[in-house]
Amino acid sequence: MVDTSVRKKITKTFWIKLILSPILMFAFAYAMVPIYDVFCEITGFNGTTGRINSEQVYAIDESRKIEVSFFAMTMGGFPVQFKPKVNSMEVIPGKFYTTSYIAKNNTDKVVIGQAVPSVAPTEAALYFKKLECFCFNKQVFEPHQKIEMTLRFVIEPELDKRIKDVSLSYNFFKIKS
Amino acid sequence: MTTITAYTSHHSPEKGLMRWIKTTNHKDIGSLYLWFAFIMLLVGGAMAMVIRMELFQPGMQLINPQFFNQMTTMHGLIMVFGAIMPAFVGLGNWLIPMMIGAPDMALPRMNNWSFWILPFAGGILLSTFFMEGGAPAFGWTFYAPLSTTFAPDSTDFFIFAVHLLGFSSIMGAINIVATVVNMRALEMKLMDMPLFVWTWLITSFLLIGAMPVLAGAVTMMLTDRNFGTAFFDAAGGGDPVMFQHIFWFFGHPEVYIMILPAFGVISHVIPTFARKPLFGYSSMVYATASIAFLSYIVWAHHMFLTGMPVAGELYFMYATMLIAVPTGVKVFNWISTMWRGSMTFETPMLWAISFVFLFTIGGFSGVMVGIAPADIQYHDTYFVVAHFHYVLVTGALWSIIAATFYWLPKWTGKMYNETLAQVHFWWAVISVNVLFFPQHFLGLAGMPRRIPDYSLQFADFNMISSIGGFAFGTSFILFTYIVIDCIRNGKPADARPWEGAKGLEWTLEPKAQYHSFNKPPTRELIKQESQNS
Repeated sequence: MVDTSVRKKITKTFWIKLILSPILMFAFAYAMVPIYDVFCEITGFNGTTGRINSEQVYAIDESRKIEVSFFAMTMGGFPVQFKPKVNSMEVIPGKFYTTSYIAKNNTDKVVIGQAVPSVAPTEAALYFKKLECFCFNKQVFEPHQKIEMTLRFVIEPELDKRIKDVSLSYNFFKIKS
Repeated sequence: MTTITAYTSHHSPEKGLMRWIKTTNHKDIGSLYLWFAFIMLLVGGAMAMVIRMELFQPGMQLINPQFFNQMTTMHGLIMVFGAIMPAFVGLGNWLIPMMIGAPDMALPRMNNWSFWILPFAGGILLSTFFMEGGAPAFGWTFYAPLSTTFAPDSTDFFIFAVHLLGFSSIMGAINIVATVVNMRALEMKLMDMPLFVWTWLITSFLLIGAMPVLAGAVTMMLTDRNFGTAFFDAAGGGDPVMFQHIFWFFGHPEVYIMILPAFGVISHVIPTFARKPLFGYSSMVYATASIAFLSYIVWAHHMFLTGMPVAGELYFMYATMLIAVPTGVKVFNWISTMWRGSMTFETPMLWAISFVFLFTIGGFSGVMVGIAPADIQYHDTYFVVAHFHYVLVTGALWSIIAATFYWLPKWTGKMYNETLAQVHFWWAVISVNVLFFPQHFLGLAGMPRRIPDYSLQFADFNMISSIGGFAFGTSFILFTYIVIDCIRNGKPADARPWEGAKGLEWTLEPKAQYHSFNKPPTRELIKQESQNS
């Protein structure tokens, strides 16, 4: 017979810990989703742009200029023509600028889409703030409708002095419903 | 002093097939795991042969690109989840109770369950070949959106297979932690434990921490595919790059899950045949623990090309370099163990020495790919393929083969054919280098991985690599023969067949009985057989 009297006793808390830890790690995988979002927002990681709610006053250095280029893309057969109104503009950090993108629905159906922005270099993403953007909401395109979608943004003066060019790109995705 | 403690087992195993289905005995389950892993190794190996046949010459010869992608995907999945991991769990089952003076695993019924999930998981995974649209073809890393938006329908079967495999590994890990903590002989202190037990204990914590994250990732895939969530779908506010973060948060500990028990095995074989105590026992333990800790904080070095900020790249690069320190401690300890030892070169030692040599090559190429600016050149090329095959084939698999020859006498009570085993060793070690070494050159020259066809300048090295591949593949026919020959016709082995071997398992009968250590070993015996002296 196996003599069990000389074995170590295992405590109840140990069992609970042992069984709970895989469950917690499973939950952690899901927790990574909001953690990732918050992390991207704070660090500008992944080119996530920031958002501000009202016009602020910044210290402006008129001599400093940054070239901002605009890009437009569509994904997965999105049936809307989508392009920036101007391809690039010169921007003084701290000043607010308005530009727009033009989209034309070439189909006979209503198309709903969502634009996802991205800024390169990623170090600039943190200081690229938008006051108004068509990417804040999903966009509805009536059949054969052509619309101009405005964008109001500022590049904060805290941006690294070495960065002279910034690109902003939008990627339009189709939303099913 | 050799103590052979004979115990009379109070019951012998059941006869026939039901013995294996109902068994709760750690030795039976260990054998089941090892045979399952071996069959999967042959299945995954056959897929590798198909890959090497197609790559023998440029152009499309034998199979279409879609099937080629299914081959690379399933080869990776089967080898990682079907061969290497179950083989180590099998070794753990067989050896841990014998090494810590325990009669069996702490949770024998769960043990039975965690094994018998595996054939079903493997069956589900392999059944995808016969489905419409074919098997998964998105690589073993199943990056979204390839595995969500653009994947074949069989992907849902793949997801459930991964769930089952995850369940099996987590249960196996919980069992090993409970066994080491609860079933260890009362007189055995933590620092008396053999290194194989230590490395497996630490691996268990990696499994418990990492496998649920993989389960989370595939569950998100499942709901993205079928239930309208958008975790990895940018259109719905998700992010495909996040998939890579979650996957590699599992994936990096996973590679250490596959190598830490190997370190344990090598730390047994080398002292035995150098006839010296293991150099730096406690530093080995701490090095293993440091590697395990570091493995959780370096995952994004697999993602240097996803557009991370420079600060992120630097952090992950430095953290990755840091792993070379404890790993180096281990390699130097093994070399110091051999230094001025009375070495003999029986088969397990040959595998162990070649492990140290070849694994270190894989480690060095690992440092190379870990350097963020250099990785821009290496990323997704055959250099990476060469790197992880050096650490997984000549690392993990090598240690499993070393362990098989080292403990086969204890498992079967018989000795294998030493001459044939040495022939097999030289056959394998030469062919594996012909197979994988040229892949470094192919990668540096820019040949991408996961492609069925390539430009003409890569033709020569691919042909050499394929020839090495076929030779390496056939070496396993000899390996199978040697093992079966040992089980059937081997000469009786001594209880301690290796002169310098230390460890409680060698105090048992030549063929360890069905139930061992019904009475725990004494303090004196534990001290005498301890690696920490």
